Amino acid sequence: MSRQAVAYGRRLLALAAALAAAPVPPSAAAQGHVEYAVVGPEGRIDLPADHGSHPDYRTEWWYVTGWLETAGGEALGFQVTFFRTRPDVPAGNPSAFAPTQLVIAHAALSDTRLGRLRHAERIARASHGLAGADVADTRVWLDDWQLEREGDSYRTRVDGEGFAFELALGATQPAMINGSGGYSRKGPRPESASFYYSVPQLGVTGTVERDGRREAVTGLAWLDHEWSTALLDERAVGWDWIGVNLDDGGALMAFRLRDAAGGEVWAGGSIREPDGRLRILAPNDVEFVPQRRWRSPRTGIEYPVSWNVHAGGQAWAIVPLLDDQESDARATTGSVYWEGAVRAIRDDSEEGRGYLELTGYGEPLRLPGD
Amino acid sequence: MSSFGAVVRAVSLGRLRGQPGRLTVTVAAIALGVSLATAVFVINAGALNEFGLAARKLVGAADVIVRGPRQGFDESVFVRLAQEPGIDVASPVLELEVVPLGGHPPLKVMAVDPFRAAPMQPELLAGVGRDLMALFEPGAVALSAEAARELAVRAGDVLSVRAGAGTYDLRVVAVMPADAYAQRLALMDIATAQWVFDRVGRINRIDLRLEQGRDVGRLRERLAAVLPAGVNALNPGVERDRAAEVTRAYRVNLNMLALVALLTGAFLVFSTQALSILRRRSALALLRAVGATRRQLELALLLEGLLLGAAGSLVGVVLGQVVASLALARLGGDLGGGFFGGLEVVARPQPVVLAAFLVIGTAVAAIGAWLPAREAAATSPSRALKSGDAEQAAARLRPVWPGAAVGLVGAACAWLPPVGGLPVFGYVSVAALLAAGVMLVPAAAARLLDAVPSPAAVTWKTALAQLRGSASQSAVSLAAIIVSFSLMVAMAIMVYSFRESFERWLGEVLPADLHVRVASSSDTAYWTPADQEAIADLDGIQRIRFQRWQEAYLAPDRPPVAVIAREVSRDPTQALPLVRGADFELPAGAVPTWVSEAVTDLYGIDVGDTLELPLAGRRFDLVVAGVWRDYGRSTGALVVDRDWYIARTGDETASHVAIWLAPGASAEDVARRIRGRFERGEDLQVLTGTAIRELSLRVFDRAFAVTYLLEAVAVVIGLIGVSFAFSSQALARRAEFGMLRHVGMLRRQVVGMLAGEGAIMSALGVLYGLTLGFVLSLVLVYVINRQSFNWSIDVALPWVQLALLGAVLVAAASVTAMLSGRAATSAQAVRAVREDW
Repeated sequence: MSRQAVAYGRRLLALAAALAAAPVPPSAAAQGHVEYAVVGPEGRIDLPADHGSHPDYRTEWWYVTGWLETAGGEALGFQVTFFRTRPDVPAGNPSAFAPTQLVIAHAALSDTRLGRLRHAERIARASHGLAGADVADTRVWLDDWQLEREGDSYRTRVDGEGFAFELALGATQPAMINGSGGYSRKGPRPESASFYYSVPQLGVTGTVERDGRREAVTGLAWLDHEWSTALLDERAVGWDWIGVNLDDGGALMAFRLRDAAGGEVWAGGSIREPDGRLRILAPNDVEFVPQRRWRSPRTGIEYPVSWNVHAGGQAWAIVPLLDDQESDARATTGSVYWEGAVRAIRDDSEEGRGYLELTGYGEPLRLPGD
Repeated sequence: MSSFGAVVRAVSLGRLRGQPGRLTVTVAAIALGVSLATAVFVINAGALNEFGLAARKLVGAADVIVRGPRQGFDESVFVRLAQEPGIDVASPVLELEVVPLGGHPPLKVMAVDPFRAAPMQPELLAGVGRDLMALFEPGAVALSAEAARELAVRAGDVLSVRAGAGTYDLRVVAVMPADAYAQRLALMDIATAQWVFDRVGRINRIDLRLEQGRDVGRLRERLAAVLPAGVNALNPGVERDRAAEVTRAYRVNLNMLALVALLTGAFLVFSTQALSILRRRSALALLRAVGATRRQLELALLLEGLLLGAAGSLVGVVLGQVVASLALARLGGDLGGGFFGGLEVVARPQPVVLAAFLVIGTAVAAIGAWLPAREAAATSPSRALKSGDAEQAAARLRPVWPGAAVGLVGAACAWLPPVGGLPVFGYVSVAALLAAGVMLVPAAAARLLDAVPSPAAVTWKTALAQLRGSASQSAVSLAAIIVSFSLMVAMAIMVYSFRESFERWLGEVLPADLHVRVASSSDTAYWTPADQEAIADLDGIQRIRFQRWQEAYLAPDRPPVAVIAREVSRDPTQALPLVRGADFELPAGAVPTWVSEAVTDLYGIDVGDTLELPLAGRRFDLVVAGVWRDYGRSTGALVVDRDWYIARTGDETASHVAIWLAPGASAEDVARRIRGRFERGEDLQVLTGTAIRELSLRVFDRAFAVTYLLEAVAVVIGLIGVSFAFSSQALARRAEFGMLRHVGMLRRQVVGMLAGEGAIMSALGVLYGLTLGFVLSLVLVYVINRQSFNWSIDVALPWVQLALLGAVLVAAASVTAMLSGRAATSAQAVRAVREDW
């Protein structure tokens, strides 16, 4: 070998040593798994720190639902949800595209004149600052969609085909910590649970745009923030949930998890009186009795859209603003569900407005990241 | 005799009944020409269609495609564009050529963010299945049905590929349905691909979908200002066309060859019809005399040609479709040319195309019949009935000036530049020169025959006299063979010259004893500096030269040029096959580059000029220090010094290694040591210079196999034409033979005379064809080849081949003439003479 080649070789050797230290991608055979944090009864929600995201858990969502009213007096329902999910992808990939966290967002507008939802959904990996969930405070975004907490109020902005809304949501009450200090049990096993708090009675102002026409709106909304790793018990195929802002300033939240036969796997809820007294409901305190059913012309799925709900000794009739409030989110979370504005009626008079969520009526529900 | 049907019966039926064999051959010749033209067209159209379909699916719904060279650009460009106002979706893409182990061809991998790609390439992503997150699994890859078939893997299997000089096990998580994408393709998650193939932080394409109502043109202008050097915002159409563009010249050339076969067939119709009409002159004149109108005669003869043409064309299109299917199954869409890299093409019957060739074939035959039909019908019956009038009729085709004019036009066309990258005027030039050559045949035949010295032997003397007396008729019969022979000569000279130049070039570009590369594609298969060190340290190596091949876009709408980084500083004249610039003095401080001829042709730069090279996101001014010949890449290549390249790009990898052995070292030993040093070393490509030369020449011959085939068919058609001509003349001259016999000539002598006529005539034809063919070959080499492929060829003449070919033609013509003479003289001489009375 020539001298020149030898000198060249030395330089290469130095580089080789440097390269030897670089991590080698694991081969497909070496399948690693993510160690998720587990929800346990000893956990406590600590606000304001827990407003931010919890990336060690598998799934997390910020769920805003509410009723809006236009200047012309038209009632609209709206929903904005941001999911954060951590796929089971082994760490170590130095690529900034590595899908360590995903952000999914759903937005819907219940429009009685249209007779169904205007719905949009998005999904992206949390990377390059284009999508993400802030650990420090509530700030989740996906391209130009966002939900952000600023002081005691939230801002959200979304747009889809034929609609868009930009809303400011001001807190009028402190957050309602559900379950036992935030540990909200969803099944017989203690790890089938989530950390869960709600912010009811959010005062809304903002604009809604439909088919290019923009209108100012006001209204009342409800925010849920919930994170978990193994929320669903293995028998559970879906749940029924209501969250109602009561006219007197109180709040009612109730849920139940169903098995494949429609039987109850678990149930729970919270009732907060106008004066702030909070009652946590045990499985026996909650009963969901389906009333009228509606079949989706698109998916053929039948939903009980009207209910009698017994919660903590109160008897409520839950009646939808509109039958067709089905959301097809198969492209992002993989699920079809019914999520709609409802009236809460007691003794034949409307005493509150809120949202009803029905999941797992088609195929068994899969949570993002499962 | 007033009805047209009666005229038709009188004109044609007798002929149809009397000569079924000859009719069959005429129809077969037309069928052969039409079938070749159809087959080549169907194959090309099929390949093009597949190109289009594949490209359309890859482009998907993108309004704008931002593309950089293969080695890519920083992914921050994507982040910036994703936030740019007016852009609805930005989808980052890393396109890679990955080499599966086990001798498979490189596999195109499109690594994407499945969520951002789903709205852009919905069909591809839908093919992965409902759960796009399957692509997030470690080493996950989704294969198109065709890729899975070729690699013989199924969902769940491991697919081992080259990564650098090592290997990596990918896992097939999904196989797309066949209708998602028809070609070989793999989809991966961009994060996985960046990691596995060591491209972290790099992408090479961004697909953009604009918000509704945004002006694409304005956005592209805005992007041009912010994109790194060498990265361009393109209209998807450019992207779609680019793949097809690389092969366009090759496809056009094949189509042209097929048309030559078709036209030779048409010429055959012309000459057989012309002769058969000449032969029926008296019969036709009689028909006129008994009341058939000129128009009726003309139409009847035209109908005859139409029928022959239709029958031949019908057989031809069916045969062509069958040939296309067989060729595609056996040779692939590029007919073995190696141009379409793994493209799967199916020859779907296209009724419109088949109908078109049916019409073209028939029309061409009808035109061939119409010219002599007009002439025959125009002649007054009294003149036509006289014996010997046939020669006068043919002599009217004799004036020189139209042929000379057409020839001048053809020559002038050879100086015109290409149109849209195609040698359009080159083809016009060939067509015009060919036409001129044919038009000048009668005049040339007369003069050449006058120039032939009178031989002593009586048979030859009579033969020559006979030919002089009927020079024009003989010329018509020779035209077909002159057309096909001169084209064959031109092609033979061109291909031979190319092969000679190619072989010499291989020796110049492969001077080393051993040439080594990781795989046939260097995109993801290369040597890291550590690997290079390991190779350089092996025993038995005297000198070693590493190369890196990359690419750069010198113009946004053209295919990229290859950038070859290698050691050149020692003496470029020794290291490169330079055609210009050997004694160029590089200005002090200038950075040199040596460009291939294609770069000078396509970008209009030459020795001493400055070339702006976009590399690693920046632009560098290089001075062209030399122009070299490159038969490897018709889209252009340039060589830069590797030290300069490494300093500017930081890319120290190498894709090729040239090794000069130490004295006494054996190539086998060194090859074995290299293989032993790397994982799956048996997959490395370690070849001696000689082996590459042999391999390359084999590929060369395979690429031209179809060309040879098409030529051979043209010559066979031409030969059939000659034999027709001779036999029909022989039959027409039965009276003359009878007379010759009466005046004492032996039958043997008559037959000998005919053979002599055949030999003289065909020898003259061969001489003429050689000359014409040589002229045409110059146009092929200097105009058509240069403008199609942008490389030069040194003309070399294949004397032996040409002599052999000429001898075969003369022999075939003489034998045919003799055989037909024997048939014609078998009749009773007395009866033959009586016929004329």
